[in-house]
Amino acid sequence: MKNSFAAKLMRDNRSLDIVLVLLGTIALWEVGVRIFNPPAIILPAPSAIWAAFMQSPWVFIRNMLYTLSTTGIAFAISVALGVIMAVGIVQSKFLERTVYTLLIAVNSVPKVALAPLFVIWLGTGMASQLAVAVMLAIFPIVINTVLGLRSVDPDMLNLAKATRASKFDIIYKIRVPNALPSLFSGMKVGISFALVGAIVGEFVAGGRGLGFLVLTAQGQFDTTRVFVSLVLLGVMGTILFYAVDVMERVALPWHSSQRQPNA
Amino acid sequence: MNMTVTPPAEPYLRVSATDKIYPSPHGEIVALSDINLDVQPGEFISIVGPSGCGKSTLMKCIAGLEDITSGSISVSGRPLAGPPDRMGVVFQRDVLLDWRTILDNVLLQAEFLGHSRAKYRDRAMQLLERFGLKGFENRHPWELSGGMRQRASICRALLCDPDLLLMDEPFGALDAMTRDDLNVELSRIWQGSNKTVIFITHSISEAVFLADRVVMMSRGPGRIVDVFDVDLPRPRPLSIRETEAFGVYAQRIRHHFAELGVIQE
Repeated sequence: MKNSFAAKLMRDNRSLDIVLVLLGTIALWEVGVRIFNPPAIILPAPSAIWAAFMQSPWVFIRNMLYTLSTTGIAFAISVALGVIMAVGIVQSKFLERTVYTLLIAVNSVPKVALAPLFVIWLGTGMASQLAVAVMLAIFPIVINTVLGLRSVDPDMLNLAKATRASKFDIIYKIRVPNALPSLFSGMKVGISFALVGAIVGEFVAGGRGLGFLVLTAQGQFDTTRVFVSLVLLGVMGTILFYAVDVMERVALPWHSSQRQPNA
Repeated sequence: MNMTVTPPAEPYLRVSATDKIYPSPHGEIVALSDINLDVQPGEFISIVGPSGCGKSTLMKCIAGLEDITSGSISVSGRPLAGPPDRMGVVFQRDVLLDWRTILDNVLLQAEFLGHSRAKYRDRAMQLLERFGLKGFENRHPWELSGGMRQRASICRALLCDPDLLLMDEPFGALDAMTRDDLNVELSRIWQGSNKTVIFITHSISEAVFLADRVVMMSRGPGRIVDVFDVDLPRPRPLSIRETEAFGVYAQRIRHHFAELGVIQE
């Protein structure tokens, strides 16, 4: 491990690409709005969006932190619950045939459509928002973790059996570490879904949060403030995704996706 | 053709009248049919045969990983009930755990068997040194070449000093030179170790080079068609493969392969 983390990030200049593409898009957008001059209610200029943010930054930041905390809590619940469920499903034929079958069946329902149901059950407020977010985020985590726990080389299991490894050893020394890369890819999808769930939760059960801000700004036809919220959501989503990515790199230095090409 | 070897009083491993039949939607598949084999303690047996001849199935049965349909397998006079004591296994794939260092991978054997790691640490280091892996103990498997990885997996199998070593095409995935290298190394380590080795391969020269006795298997159903002693002096240098005596043994196996239509003579 000769190079540090930052150096590794810089090595693939993907981060540089992202910054350049974003700056280019913003510049084109600004120039386009100035030339064609569309009504602000259709498309505000980036400079106007920035000005709207600076007018009341704390309102936006407060609501952003609220959405962030909903997303974070929902994500943590999804990971904890998802891993427990996955281990149970892999360990027990009964749970596989009941819980897993149910999960797969429910997964094909457009879960966002269930959000209003949670408002009836749990009322408006954070509980409903959390429920919607967990419902969305937990599926990719459970399904990926189950696949990871199962995808052990059969010869590794033969070796373990021939060496009389205990069931505990097979789970904690082989299956669980083997499933970590899958768990992390489930978590990467899950974190984005948790954010989507939090926003949808705010749409239907809101009162606070960036989703709620989008809804109220839309009610006032204040397109500029809608865009401020959307930009903040984009920034948040990106940061959350990369946070999980960094966690993965720290936790799984041995995994093939982390290796240098010539290692 | 001499197919019967004088039955000795107390074989280390005895496989007698063993069948292994798998049910399948298209009727039964006879993987092993009437297998009879006695192995003396400290003997090096090569089992050679074309793919589908049941040689890997036979190994899994001896390892206690598969139940047999009929017949019996006994080790040290006791009928097999699960994996035998003091056994090490090596597969074609090294199945090292990516998240463990080489040393920790070797020590896995002790952990699985319920022994303390500390007790086996020195032995693990000695084994790694003997297999030319000194200095790599703290590396991860993906930092090593295929040959080095397979060496590490042999160290893992040898860690708890097994009496029986089962090897299922361990060098099948390696390039020819690494394979030669490991053949010599395995031969050297085995000699004087008093370990019984069952070595499965489909390489004719590898089978002859390593073995005290070659067991030739055929398919449809999987059965033993020939057993013969390899009476070549040890230690055997690689150049022994160019001798006439070696050629006679290799020819004997090649003849069987040709009869099966696997190769043309």
